[in-house]
Amino acid sequence: MTAAVKIASDVLQVSDLRVELAGQVDVLADVSFSLAAGEIVGLVGESGSGKTTLATALLRHARQGARITGGHIAVAGQAVLELEGEALRLARGGLVGYVAQDPATALNPALRIGALLRETVLAHLPKLPGDAVQQRIQETLVDVGLPDDAAFLRRFPHQLSGGQQQRVMLALAFVLRPRLIVLDEPTTALDVSTQAHVLDTLKRLCRGHGVAALYVTHDLAVVRDLVDRVMVMYAGRLVEVTGRERLFSAPAHPYTRALLAAIPDIARRQPLQAIAGHAPAPGQRPAGCAFAPRCARRRAECAVIEPSLSALDAGHQVACLVPHREVLPRGDVAVESVTAPGEGVLLEVQGLDVAYDRQVLFDVSLQVAPGECLALVGESGSGKTSLARAIAGLGENVQGQLRYGGEPLAFSARQRDARLRHQIQYVFQNPYRALNPCQTIAQTLSAPLAHFFGVRGDEAHRRVEAVLARVSLPARVAGLYPQSLSGGERQRVAIARALICEPRLLVCDEITSALDVSVQASILALLRGLQGEGLAVLFVTHDLGVVRAIADRVLVLRRGRVVEEGSVEQVLGWPVDDYTRTLVAHSPRLHLGG
Amino acid sequence: MPDHAHRSPRTPAWLAWFIGRLGYGLLTAWVISLVVFIATQALPSDPARVILGPDAPLQSILTLQQQLGLDQPILVQYLRWMGAALRGDLGISLDSQVPVAQLLFGRLGHTLALLAGVLALVVPLALTLGVSLALRRDRPLDRWGLSALILLKATPSFLLAVGLVLLFSMPGMGWLPAVSILDPQLPLWRQLPSLVLPVVALSLSALPYLTRMVRASMIEALESDYVVAARLRGIPERLIVWRHTLPNALTPAIQGVALTLRTLVGGALLAEVIFSYPGIGTALNAAIQMRDLPMIQGVVLVITLAVVLINLLADLLTVLLTPKLRTARRVKMIRRNRRGIRPWWRRARSTPAQEATHD
Repeated sequence: MTAAVKIASDVLQVSDLRVELAGQVDVLADVSFSLAAGEIVGLVGESGSGKTTLATALLRHARQGARITGGHIAVAGQAVLELEGEALRLARGGLVGYVAQDPATALNPALRIGALLRETVLAHLPKLPGDAVQQRIQETLVDVGLPDDAAFLRRFPHQLSGGQQQRVMLALAFVLRPRLIVLDEPTTALDVSTQAHVLDTLKRLCRGHGVAALYVTHDLAVVRDLVDRVMVMYAGRLVEVTGRERLFSAPAHPYTRALLAAIPDIARRQPLQAIAGHAPAPGQRPAGCAFAPRCARRRAECAVIEPSLSALDAGHQVACLVPHREVLPRGDVAVESVTAPGEGVLLEVQGLDVAYDRQVLFDVSLQVAPGECLALVGESGSGKTSLARAIAGLGENVQGQLRYGGEPLAFSARQRDARLRHQIQYVFQNPYRALNPCQTIAQTLSAPLAHFFGVRGDEAHRRVEAVLARVSLPARVAGLYPQSLSGGERQRVAIARALICEPRLLVCDEITSALDVSVQASILALLRGLQGEGLAVLFVTHDLGVVRAIADRVLVLRRGRVVEEGSVEQVLGWPVDDYTRTLVAHSPRLHLGG
Repeated sequence: MPDHAHRSPRTPAWLAWFIGRLGYGLLTAWVISLVVFIATQALPSDPARVILGPDAPLQSILTLQQQLGLDQPILVQYLRWMGAALRGDLGISLDSQVPVAQLLFGRLGHTLALLAGVLALVVPLALTLGVSLALRRDRPLDRWGLSALILLKATPSFLLAVGLVLLFSMPGMGWLPAVSILDPQLPLWRQLPSLVLPVVALSLSALPYLTRMVRASMIEALESDYVVAARLRGIPERLIVWRHTLPNALTPAIQGVALTLRTLVGGALLAEVIFSYPGIGTALNAAIQMRDLPMIQGVVLVITLAVVLINLLADLLTVLLTPKLRTARRVKMIRRNRRGIRPWWRRARSTPAQEATHD
């Protein structure tokens, strides 16, 4: 394609876009790129990289406190940033569609699906006759794979499943036939199978209608099968823009490489590498390259010269002074040997039933050996968290048998022997809510010491420091409050709180799902190390890539029943049950045919 | 109450929930009536002595006690009173020798008229003000408006009322009557000018709270994902405010209005005293001063029933205005009846929770 033709067919052209917070602190700067009709481009970055800011800026919207201060955005020839009032309103939705992250909160709970769709069409085409509106709505619903009957149109958002809600969001965007559609992590809240279906639908629609799409995500694996090109964002700048194949085979920017190395892959177990340090917050960018402080290849000039995005070769742009030019070494990195689980059985569950309003677990049995990592896998609502809570002694209405170290174990943590209680510890999903904001880390960590072991004073202080070192946190963290820690650091503190109780079994409930991939990698490495020291881990997750990275054995739950159980190699490599097969098939993967 | 049953083939779940709540409400009213009856009867003061005066001979006091049934056990007295109350007979006022029901009926009518006036004035005003302040959040109008509301809230209500009297009813200004002594011979609607000042005074004291409530819930709804999403879909601002935001912001406002009404039913005393308006509050006050036991019991019963009814209506409105609650197979009000605080006799029952069909 020659340059002239390319420019003519570009649906979106962005140049030198800049978004600032108060005080001229930039969250986004020097962003330039273009999208052709029908092209799907992934925008990848970790939290705080400015990817959502960029996404909404394409609709001339900035969140409270931020302002678009410079640059130029042209969508199908219209300068979006110059639009005001009525013209801007018509451009939003009509020219550029937007699909938000969480469909459960982005659909108005008080309006029916039909009303939402009709209102959207009429807001842009007020003169369209009623039956034409109706016809267009029905066409779009069929397009996105939803029923188009009157009963469905009369439903409220809460009467739909998560996947259906996200399809409604897609319908709301596509019903106006925009030229560009911006999707902000649209599948993060969905299960893998639903995610795969929604992604399929999206791809078909964009190709079919010639709509360009910008797909924002934090997960490179998700965009593997979807996009044509990928843009990688770091600290408010684009650092690499390239075709999909090229990105996965020969990424040039050290950050992209680090990101790829941090993503667990369902196809093979690879040593995950965390990225050391933090991304700089807006306003705290170092001079020179923002990634330099975390970069293994940095040179003296990296701290001085800020590299701009420039062509490495055709269709590959990178912002780095010393980009990688070689192909990514493919596959067969020495696979970490699976630690041999200890002899015997630490925990045994037999015929466990759990019921709340309805029964959520049916006749579940499992065994965990000392030093083993057992992954509990299932989609939302499969009962995996209920199982984890029951084992930890937090469940209610539990029936069945629990045995720990050969002895029967009470269902309620309160009834368990204090000598046993400290041996089973629980780490919660959301590190932002699991730590008491009014207590320093030292207070949080020394409370169980006093409680279980009666240890106070200097000895407690010494143990707190030791446990912080064990989770790779500096000792000065002890004096801080949770709000001054990042998500990854908080999760480390939560793990430290469990470790200080000297557990033999650690129950981890989706402990990495609220974290960025690079942080997730470091937490998984930490758990792996602890496991080597003889700690048994029960790891609840919905992410099969994580399972591959950490677990020895897998238990697949579906609607409260165990459908498959076995070693990781066996279950992920040669799944037997139909459900496990679908899960494996729908899981996003980094390496095709790996 | 409109009939919504035709919307779905089955009786909607909220109807069953409503009937249950009605039952609980009546239970509450009954328990309170019991407590009030026992408390008032157990007071050291003797109605017979109150009626006959301090100098009455012992013999006539005993006779009167017998006539009033005061010598019977308290439970018998209560059952008798309850039975009569169910028939609409609340006894005879000791003070004025008029049936309590008749006295109360007139007073209740006046209070209800007052409340209706306050509602009609304060609800539209609070909605308009709250919405317009929320839309101008943190701009000068919003800041000044909020400050003015706080000033209004901080001003003692009697001061407001006196101020209103000074403004509108002083000699030479006499637009409105300074006191609202109603003529019992005339129907209320012909004496509307007497209602104006009490209504305005009460509305002014209720306005700041309601406005701030509407403003806060509007701001919360305006910042929600669905409003941002609607904006980015190009929905006109007018629709965003009135269709997307306000209906979702109404629920807290309804509870706010209910709270205001609850305080006003029993405590419109301020306006009643300053404007000599013959409402329930002054009736209760007078009855307590006169040790008029049947009157006290009657008034308290009426206030209790009114509070129960207001709560019930507010919850019903909330359910009907929230599609998720209205269409649920089992209505659960938020933060109520949650696991753990559910009564024991309901815990064992397991009903399939509502689940959407998965695709």
